[in-house]
Amino acid sequence: MDATIEVNGLHKRFGQTVALDGLSFTVAPGSVTGFVGPNGAGKSTTMRAILGLDSVNEGSALIGGRPYASLRHPLRQVGSLLDAGALQPSRSARHHLLWLAHSQGLGSGRVDQVIEAAGLQAVARRKAGGFSLGMRQRLGLAAAMLGDPAVLILDEPFNGMDPEGIVWMRGFLRSLAAEGRAVLVSSHLMSELQDTAGHLVVIGRGRLVADTSVADLIDAASAGRVALRTHARSEAMTALANAGATVAATGPDALTVSGLASERIVEVLGQSGVPFAEVTVHRSTLEEAYMELTRDAVQFRAAEPGPEPGPGPGPEPGTRTAEAPR
Amino acid sequence: MSATTAPYRSDLPAGRDSFAQLLHAEWTKFRTVRGWVITAVVSVIAIIVFAYLGTFRHESGVCTGPSPASCQAGHPHVPVGPGGEAVSDSYYFVHRTLAGDGSVTVRVSSLTGLRQTGNGNAVSTSDLVGAPGPVQPWAKAGLTLTAGSTLGSAYAAVMLTGAHGVRMQYDYTHDTAGPSVSIAGARWLRLTRSGDTVIGSASADGTHWTVVSSARLAGLPASVQAGLFVTSPQTAPSQQFLAGDRAGGQATAANARFDRLTLEGQWPAGRWRGQDVGANGQTSTLTSVGSHPSSGGFTVTGSGDIAPAVGLPAAFTDQPSLTGVFVALIVLIVLGTMFITAEYRRGLIHTTLAASPRRGRVLLAKALVIAAVTFLAGAAATAVAIPLGTRLLRSHGNYVYPTSALTELRVVFGTAALLALTAVLALALGAILRRSAAAVTAVIVLIVLPYMLVIVAAVPAGVAQWLMRLTPAAAFAVEQTLPQYHQVDYLYTPASGFYPLAPAVGFAVLLAYALIALGLAGHRLRTTDA
Repeated sequence: MDATIEVNGLHKRFGQTVALDGLSFTVAPGSVTGFVGPNGAGKSTTMRAILGLDSVNEGSALIGGRPYASLRHPLRQVGSLLDAGALQPSRSARHHLLWLAHSQGLGSGRVDQVIEAAGLQAVARRKAGGFSLGMRQRLGLAAAMLGDPAVLILDEPFNGMDPEGIVWMRGFLRSLAAEGRAVLVSSHLMSELQDTAGHLVVIGRGRLVADTSVADLIDAASAGRVALRTHARSEAMTALANAGATVAATGPDALTVSGLASERIVEVLGQSGVPFAEVTVHRSTLEEAYMELTRDAVQFRAAEPGPEPGPGPGPEPGTRTAEAPR
Repeated sequence: MSATTAPYRSDLPAGRDSFAQLLHAEWTKFRTVRGWVITAVVSVIAIIVFAYLGTFRHESGVCTGPSPASCQAGHPHVPVGPGGEAVSDSYYFVHRTLAGDGSVTVRVSSLTGLRQTGNGNAVSTSDLVGAPGPVQPWAKAGLTLTAGSTLGSAYAAVMLTGAHGVRMQYDYTHDTAGPSVSIAGARWLRLTRSGDTVIGSASADGTHWTVVSSARLAGLPASVQAGLFVTSPQTAPSQQFLAGDRAGGQATAANARFDRLTLEGQWPAGRWRGQDVGANGQTSTLTSVGSHPSSGGFTVTGSGDIAPAVGLPAAFTDQPSLTGVFVALIVLIVLGTMFITAEYRRGLIHTTLAASPRRGRVLLAKALVIAAVTFLAGAAATAVAIPLGTRLLRSHGNYVYPTSALTELRVVFGTAALLALTAVLALALGAILRRSAAAVTAVIVLIVLPYMLVIVAAVPAGVAQWLMRLTPAAAFAVEQTLPQYHQVDYLYTPASGFYPLAPAVGFAVLLAYALIALGLAGHRLRTTDA
């Protein structure tokens, strides 16, 4: 089976509320795809639609060219973790995995393998109701891995994890992708996906905002920006502005310059006799790149009243308040 | 993108797709929640404990005379008919020996009723004579032929009844209506024996005869006792109180004048002898009975019945042993509901449906697992409760109606299936309503409440009959062990162990409820977002 998720023109309404508004994207194998957007953007709805849990009004979601509902042993092709709290509290972790294994024609041997892979050996026979959220995430991941699937769909798997767990999870996800699996990971915190995601699908208000590789995104966000350190901040700003650059003060002795190459900046400052300590090409963090990308998209700020849709990928003015990403 | 990486291929062995895997998964789900397993065990214990509570206090004795010394523990002897059923075999018999084939013919010129005016068992002849009452509808006067002198022997009889015309009856349970003959006119009866076969005939004029029916009494000895008989059953209990107590029936007697008595065939010489058969009987029979020779025949007074025994005092069926079934029912309704609503409550249903996208099959697997668990629990508990209850009842001097092994099997497995289908109904309503409290309440209102109302006789008998036809509680008919006999007047109500529908039909009502609910649940599951 081709381990690709194809989402084509998904429309989903809950009564009057449009949850998904023509969403299309593709998740390819071999990399972790970050699925990001503010809370309420439609990430969970999209995942539920891919897994056939929610019907859609229009469009299709295919896994390896087939709808999820047509898969005979779905967990052997698609592992998913939607809600780590979806457990019978009085059932042990191992037994939770055991019934899932039985539903896919798998035995207890495979259960022990995923318990080990998720680092749950010590607690496997304890009741899942007593688990911390971080342990539940590990259990959910173990459940997703039961069928050794080529596609993984994980909704906010970093939630509730301690820093050590986050580091473990990042490494785990990277290694899964390196094995050639398609890994779709949703998050509303960009920092969690730093150094993990190779690709990014950004949505807001049920629409696609960006579908890009992380490298391209950071390059684009960094392009033409130069960090300048100088004690003569105002002189430098004047000189560079006169030379046609856009200058922003980022600290008492720091400026970010765009619109001029670094060689030209050095030249302009030299000609103007402005002293400077350091000129470096700026590298954006994933979070900065994300903010750059979504700067103009109104749905990423607090919803503003008024009928005018903002520029950028057209959000509908709505009542739902989108949370601004940090 | 990482075009260099080849797509992942799992090296897990490819699995075969089968429904058995789904069943296996749901069974694993069930057995790994300790609370659910304990609940199933509790239902078993409840049935057994209530069998004990429901039977150990039933205690009865019988007094045969006025002094306490003549009271003895235990119930009066109850004869058993050729078919193994408990019978009444109590009547006044005027008989002679028939040593081969032959026939006896007689005219019943009158049949009148006598009501008991006294209060006790002993009623004097003058009481009877002085108290003519309405003839009981199933008062019987006619000709009978009996295979032996022990109570419960095989027999065949043709008779005139108080209100049901001429009948041919044999071996207690068999009854055939004869040609309708005016009750006021003279009625001629003839009983003809030919080998094992006995034929009953009736005539309005003694000339033109109609065969009512014939009976083949296998193993009928050559020499039998044959002659006239009269009997009259006790009145049907007419009242029922909230606690399920029934006002007992009153003994009655009937008086019949027989004339034109003629014999044909192998009747050795001898006199007619009168005998009060089964006088110390199991039912309240009037003691003053007898025969007086009258012109060309006899006037005979008799009391009792020749029929299946119904409503004997201090006699019980399996019902007290099964008191706990309604407790187990409530427990298993909760279990059946929780089996699916617990998944909705925690969101686990999403995991279940992601693992098995064919949702109808998931519901079916759940239904089969919960049905199997509750069936086995019910069968195990009932198989213990019935012998235990029967033993306790007998050890306290009560009478327990004999039932065939086949009937007991039907009660055990029928009760188990009743519990299983109710659990499935609860599961289905749980899937429809997605909330435990609502679903449990709905099923209890559907099945437990009607049963309770009916069993404590809190609703009028007519309402009770309809509740036991229309609600899933109709399936309690599987617990009925005694058939309802049209030839015995009795208060045949669910409270006394008689249900309006046959066991299989009553069960089918519950089955229909469960299947319809399961269908609706499957539809809801398939067509709405999980």
